[in-house]
Amino acid sequence: MAARATIIPFRPRPEKKQLISDGVLGMLVFVFVEIMLFAGFISAFVIIKSRAVGSVWPPVNQPRLPVESTAINTLALIASGVVLLIAHRAHLRARRSGEDGAVRRGPGPASPRGLGGLPGDSTGRLLVAATLLGGTFVVLQGVEWLALIREGLTITSSTYGALFYTIIGAHAVHAVAAIAALGWATMRLGAGLLTREALSTVAIFWYFVVLVWPFLYVVVYL
Amino acid sequence: MVEPAVDLTHGHAHDDHAHHGPQGWLKYLWSTDHKVIAMQYMFTGMFMALVGGFMAYVFRMQLAFPDISVPGWGGVVSMGEYNSLVTNHGTIMIFWVAMPVLLAAFGNYLIPLMVGADDMVFPKINRLSFQVFFVSTIVILASLFVEGGGFAGAWTAYPPLSADATYNLTPLGSTLWVIGVGLEFVAFLLGGINFITTLMNSRAPGMRAFDVPLVVWMIVVASILFMLSVGPLLAGAIMLVFDQTIGTGFYNPATGGDPILWQHLFWFFGHPEVYVVLLPAMGVVIEIITTFARKKVFGYRIVIFTVVATGVLSFFVWAHHQFIAGIDPRMANIFTITTLLISVPIAELCFVYIATLYGGSIRLTTPMLWALAFVAEFLIGGVTGIFLGAAGADIYFHDTYFVLAHFHYTFFPIAIIGTYAAFTYWFPKMFGKMMDDRLGKWHFWLTIIPFNMIFIPLFVLGMGGQHRRISNYSSFSELAGDGFQSVRIFATISLLIMLAAQLIFFYNCWKSWRSGPKAPKNPWKANSLEWTTESPPPHGNWRPDRMPVVYRGPYEYSVPDREEDYWPQNEPDGAPLQVVDPDAGEQGR
Ligand code: HEM
Ligand SMILES: [Cu+2]
Repeated sequence: MAARATIIPFRPRPEKKQLISDGVLGMLVFVFVEIMLFAGFISAFVIIKSRAVGSVWPPVNQPRLPVESTAINTLALIASGVVLLIAHRAHLRARRSGEDGAVRRGPGPASPRGLGGLPGDSTGRLLVAATLLGGTFVVLQGVEWLALIREGLTITSSTYGALFYTIIGAHAVHAVAAIAALGWATMRLGAGLLTREALSTVAIFWYFVVLVWPFLYVVVYL
Repeated sequence: MVEPAVDLTHGHAHDDHAHHGPQGWLKYLWSTDHKVIAMQYMFTGMFMALVGGFMAYVFRMQLAFPDISVPGWGGVVSMGEYNSLVTNHGTIMIFWVAMPVLLAAFGNYLIPLMVGADDMVFPKINRLSFQVFFVSTIVILASLFVEGGGFAGAWTAYPPLSADATYNLTPLGSTLWVIGVGLEFVAFLLGGINFITTLMNSRAPGMRAFDVPLVVWMIVVASILFMLSVGPLLAGAIMLVFDQTIGTGFYNPATGGDPILWQHLFWFFGHPEVYVVLLPAMGVVIEIITTFARKKVFGYRIVIFTVVATGVLSFFVWAHHQFIAGIDPRMANIFTITTLLISVPIAELCFVYIATLYGGSIRLTTPMLWALAFVAEFLIGGVTGIFLGAAGADIYFHDTYFVLAHFHYTFFPIAIIGTYAAFTYWFPKMFGKMMDDRLGKWHFWLTIIPFNMIFIPLFVLGMGGQHRRISNYSSFSELAGDGFQSVRIFATISLLIMLAAQLIFFYNCWKSWRSGPKAPKNPWKANSLEWTTESPPPHGNWRPDRMPVVYRGPYEYSVPDREEDYWPQNEPDGAPLQVVDPDAGEQGR
């Protein structure tokens, strides 16, 4: 490479204002993939349903899905999403009013970013509530599954059962992963290490799990 | 650009990184450096190319000389083995060669360097990406050796053949195949998240969206296409594994399932996938063409808009693979129209490339030869695609050697020509040595000529109605006649020549790496940021206090009133023009 007669001024890199932070952007991209995954499942469901013999769906010899109890369960999930939304906003607000966040609760090394839980910050309690509500949803779903299996709906009993367990099971796997992530966020908050970005990243995943559910409910259960 | 004394000792500049993490080969295995991960992808991909190439050799021998004992295979290729070989050849070449090398290796290598970042945004996710990919490689290789052999249901894995072991006769192989492909997709998902985020959030100060080199744009658009299309296929693959292993009946008409469902899910992914591999190659080629034509890209923004439009359109053409799968003729009409439409932007890109060449001062280096060959050969692939896209013509052509020749005229330019173009162009940057140009040109001609000699005959076979996926044509009297066998022999011998010619490439790599002349920072006098750092770049790419700042787009070649015919992106306006570097020599001027 040709050297030049003058030295080109290399400026130090200015701190950049990002439109969307790294974690949130990465999670949004991931959620997009997930949306397409469930879109694939839903289209499979619709196509196979449209080919049902004599347009009878669900098949005559198969148990019905528990529409009402699942509706109530759906409310638990949505409530969990709403609580998380409130927690999310409380966290943002607390961060903003807490200046550099020097006021910290709980033990642990002083974090350089100083984002500990602040006095009067309800984030922690709300996070726990959201996690518990989400857990309730998963447990109730599991109970329903056990009942359905006893009634004779299994993954091999028909394409109906296969679709049900595959799609709803895929959602359950996501719910469990998201609950684990919420648990992680709660622990980080307790240690005073939960950044805005981290909470937003985790929260987006849970919002996705909550928001995709009504679509699945309408398509699969109704 | 500038080399103050301290720059020469850059080797120590990043010492502070050296003591992170484990040492020795473990350090290599657990590196989060995007360049190391790129190399891991590259060498795994090249190894797999050898595996896939060996498979091609074996089944081409069987086709040309039916039922002889193939040297190196240790016997006659049975029908089951033949099916397994073609299936895994296709799978490996697309998912373990084209994608890891073009998308993952060059994406990883180039994106941070070209946008002026020290690494990817999520280095650990990046490392995880390769690790998952590595596991997937082991799975697919292992699937070849399990009982029953590797999957034998064709790379498109249509059920019921793929779903039921009583049809494909590879109970374990088929499941491992789906799992391997699934893992591989997960790896690229992790990688793609990094690509998109890095381009959005880690650009050097001063670099606006339209200052980003086209190859980066194209790799990122390709990643987005991949992300958008892979979900449904993953859903389909989960259902396919369930069909194979626990006996659900998603694709089994007898239990109310639908085999065509898989075709939709597969091709909804499959067609965008061809653009996923095409776009990185297109990007590589345009970088090389501008550099060696010393001309600004013709219509930089138009190219970006075109690429995005192509990406959008590519989601609406998938059923052109299913014209004879019993889809409604009215649907076939619609997909004929969208397929013909999508050739317009692709043709436009080819014209842009030619317009960029027009009037340039062209230097025919080895990378430039590869780039030009890409345009010429891909054109043949694109034009034959139009025949196939017309539903009427496709009823005849479908599943003949015409289709096979079509997509090899697209995939070979992409995966092989594009890769060689990129590899020879960035070799000085990646390994710090110049490649031998004379050997490179021998390798070029001995690859390109046999390539055409393999696949033009296959067009002839296809037009003669020769069905693909048959292991021994002499068993079918209606397919065996008309001198077709001599055409097959001709193609196979051409393949042998081409495979042998690859030895030149490996020898050239080894020799140049061992004893080639040391590469300067910017051997091709190109503008983009990767040429402003050492060859090879240090950990962190630039010294932390010397991260580049961008002042202009990457294609300012032959700007009037400048003494030099290039203008690096990181050079402020008004820098003095005289060149005083003794070691730059005459090269490239
Ligand atoms: C101008 C653009 C293109 C058009 C119009 C086009 C059209 C088509 C059509 C209609 C078919 C289906 C033929 C049949 O199965 O009967 C086909 C097959 C195929 N094309 Fe293209 N194509 C184009 C570009 C590409 C590119 C860029 C690639 C690869 C990177 C590609 C890869 C393939 C493959 C792999 C198949 C065969 C799949 C199989 O059945 O195994 N095509 N193409
Ligand atoms: Cu296609």
